[in-house]
Amino acid sequence: MKILELNGACPVPLAQYPQVLMAHGGGGTLMHQLVENIFGKEFSNPLLDARHDSAQFFVPPGRLAMTTDSYVVRPIFFPGGDIGSMSVHGTVNDLAMSGARPLYLSCAFIIEEGLPMETLWRVVCSMRDAAKKCGVQIVTGDTKVVDKGKGDGLFINTTGIGVMEHDLEISPKSVLPGDTVLVSGDLGRHGMAIMAVREGLQFESTIESDSAPVHKMVLALIKAGVEIRCLRDLTRGGLASALNEIAEVAGVKIAIDEKLIPVREDVHAACEMLGLDPLQVANEGRLVAFVAAKDAVRALAIMRRHTGGERSASIGRVMEYSLPLVTVRSAIGASRILDMPSGEQLPRIC
Amino acid sequence: MKYLDEYRDGELAQKLAVEIHRFTTRPWNIMEVCGGQTHAIVKFGIDELLPKHITLIHGPGCPVCVTPLEVIDKALELAAMPGVIFTSFGDMLRVPGSTTDLLAVKAKGGDVRIVYSPLDAVKLAEQNPAKDVVFLGVGFETTAPATAMAVFQAAQKRLKNFSMLISHVLVPPAIEALMSSPDCRVQAFLAAGHVCAVMGYEEYPPLAAKYHVPIVVTGFEPLDILQGILMCVLQLESGRAEVENQYTRAVRREGNRPAQQLVREVFHVVPRKWRGVGEIPDSGLGLNEDYAAFDAEIKFGLADHHVDEPADCLSGLVLQGQIKPHECPAFGGKCKPERPLGATMVSSEGACAAYYRYRRHNLVETNIK
Amino acid sequence: MCLAIPGKIERIFGDSPLNRTGRINFGGVIKEASLAYVPEAVAGDYVIVHAGFALSRVDEAEAHKVFEYLKRMDEFGELAEDGP
Repeated sequence: MKILELNGACPVPLAQYPQVLMAHGGGGTLMHQLVENIFGKEFSNPLLDARHDSAQFFVPPGRLAMTTDSYVVRPIFFPGGDIGSMSVHGTVNDLAMSGARPLYLSCAFIIEEGLPMETLWRVVCSMRDAAKKCGVQIVTGDTKVVDKGKGDGLFINTTGIGVMEHDLEISPKSVLPGDTVLVSGDLGRHGMAIMAVREGLQFESTIESDSAPVHKMVLALIKAGVEIRCLRDLTRGGLASALNEIAEVAGVKIAIDEKLIPVREDVHAACEMLGLDPLQVANEGRLVAFVAAKDAVRALAIMRRHTGGERSASIGRVMEYSLPLVTVRSAIGASRILDMPSGEQLPRIC
Repeated sequence: MKYLDEYRDGELAQKLAVEIHRFTTRPWNIMEVCGGQTHAIVKFGIDELLPKHITLIHGPGCPVCVTPLEVIDKALELAAMPGVIFTSFGDMLRVPGSTTDLLAVKAKGGDVRIVYSPLDAVKLAEQNPAKDVVFLGVGFETTAPATAMAVFQAAQKRLKNFSMLISHVLVPPAIEALMSSPDCRVQAFLAAGHVCAVMGYEEYPPLAAKYHVPIVVTGFEPLDILQGILMCVLQLESGRAEVENQYTRAVRREGNRPAQQLVREVFHVVPRKWRGVGEIPDSGLGLNEDYAAFDAEIKFGLADHHVDEPADCLSGLVLQGQIKPHECPAFGGKCKPERPLGATMVSSEGACAAYYRYRRHNLVETNIK
Repeated sequence: MCLAIPGKIERIFGDSPLNRTGRINFGGVIKEASLAYVPEAVAGDYVIVHAGFALSRVDEAEAHKVFEYLKRMDEFGELAEDGP
């Protein structure tokens, strides 16, 4: 598993504090040291540097979008990413699903006593790099430390604010019969990357998480005047979850074709090995877009031009208003229902 | 994936379907024995390609589904014990016992872990000498070689902290039990390909002759299943009742002799209760005396108890092929995958779950030209 | 049942017949599996693997038979069309 390449040494004197202690969340000297030397230093920007209890800023005109997410992924470092980069990409992507330009993030850490300081620092550096790549600033935060045994290492919450510089109503309610369904790349990478390092099921592969920001792709689609009806980033529950949720709110039948859905050979193989359905496996840097059919070709071209979107594909369409339903045409041409995944995906023996 | 994907070719599947249409002149009921085959049929929609004359009946070949309530309850009892690491294949975790399931026990603090192979459980035992590792050994003949090897290795390593809760079941006695029931409507069988990879198919000719049913050893991909069905139809239409092998790339007549040998070394045949069906004589495997130390029931002194299935659950009739899932009054209402009454709704191979997930609304189209 | 999938043996190791283990490549994903039950299998062979055990060696000649059958059906169909 890839651990990040880091520039320079950890600024908190590791010999003195190799692990996070309860006192690091206590509000006193140790916490101050942690905030200054790690969070403050790595995330530095004028708003954060002011060290107010709340960040103060003007926002450009337009509707605002706000989102929050908590990240509890295990293991903390996995092929293709870590909890830190995920916490930045995930929240940026949720803003992008409204067509918002992401501006500011908050981040709250709940750290379990005993977490190696080096681990925390690596995660923070990863967040710093992700934020920079996304063009967002982390402007406020919080740190808590909980007793050993009460925290599973590290939990992160990020809340994001963005501005919607468009007039579109991007929502499941806007979906219409005839709309085209697009995905921004191949599916199942994140979930299988995690499975590969999960105890009891480990396997060797080059599958890496697809954790990545998609906001630039979305903003490009909006700029090009594509009639976007709905966007959803594919996370837990995969494509199946997203399509079912949208079908439910929109009150439509969605039909997709399995042959058109991009899945990499190694992800396909890993799914076959464990008896999992790639359409139900988690992703982190993929979106599904519902667009007006007339704009589908143009939208696809734009998506394919973006890094990470090279394998974007048109996978189906919205059929008619009906009881909510998602159907899949199989490789041999027959249809089945694509159900909402129930609970955690369990590998099969049968 | 080689030797997998090419057997999912849509065009070739259509060709086989056309052939099946060409030769079918009368209604036929064909049972696919294995849960993996049921899963493939419903996932790919294979039955939609068939002529209306052909009815596929989903058989009891889902080891998860037929594991008796009593065994699940014993598993739950063990999993809740402090000092026990309870290991299992993934799909057993959601199977409901009388009052709870393994996932719930895990949530309450039980050390329940998913493993890919029984050998992983043996490794856990070696790595955790202060704990007792128990493995839930569920499965048909396909899995018995794996569990046999785990017990055998544990014995060689003289492990004192490893044991197994066994619920292995055998296919041919189940087929016999099905066929001997007067209500049985099955006229031909697609035998379970991977079971036969281990056991061979020497046990089937007497069954085929006794009940005058064609038995075709079949694989798990769409082309395999369609070819298996075609072979059944050709036999049925010409009045033959023979044992044939469709899955020749993986199955030999004599099966896997080294595997059979080790299974015999570790296990012997015992009567076994099948959830939803009842007890079938000589249909299970139990540990030989030499390996009794690895029997979790003996080791932990688990008492035998009898549990009644919920009265509303008709999984037995579904498993016997007498009713279709949606003909059960509880289907889709009282009984759903999130709240299953019986195991056929829990396991994704169970006929009820497969039907619920993939066919609920029955809005499907066939593509035969 | 039994979820078993085909993979290619890349390398074999193990000091005794019962310990014989293979590094198996399943379409780009690698997992080890016991080869104790397929003593005749060698590196380069495909095996069917279930729960960490290879249960059977894939017979490559037999594997093509269904495709040959379908090809013959095609040819038969063409002959019928070309007929008088």
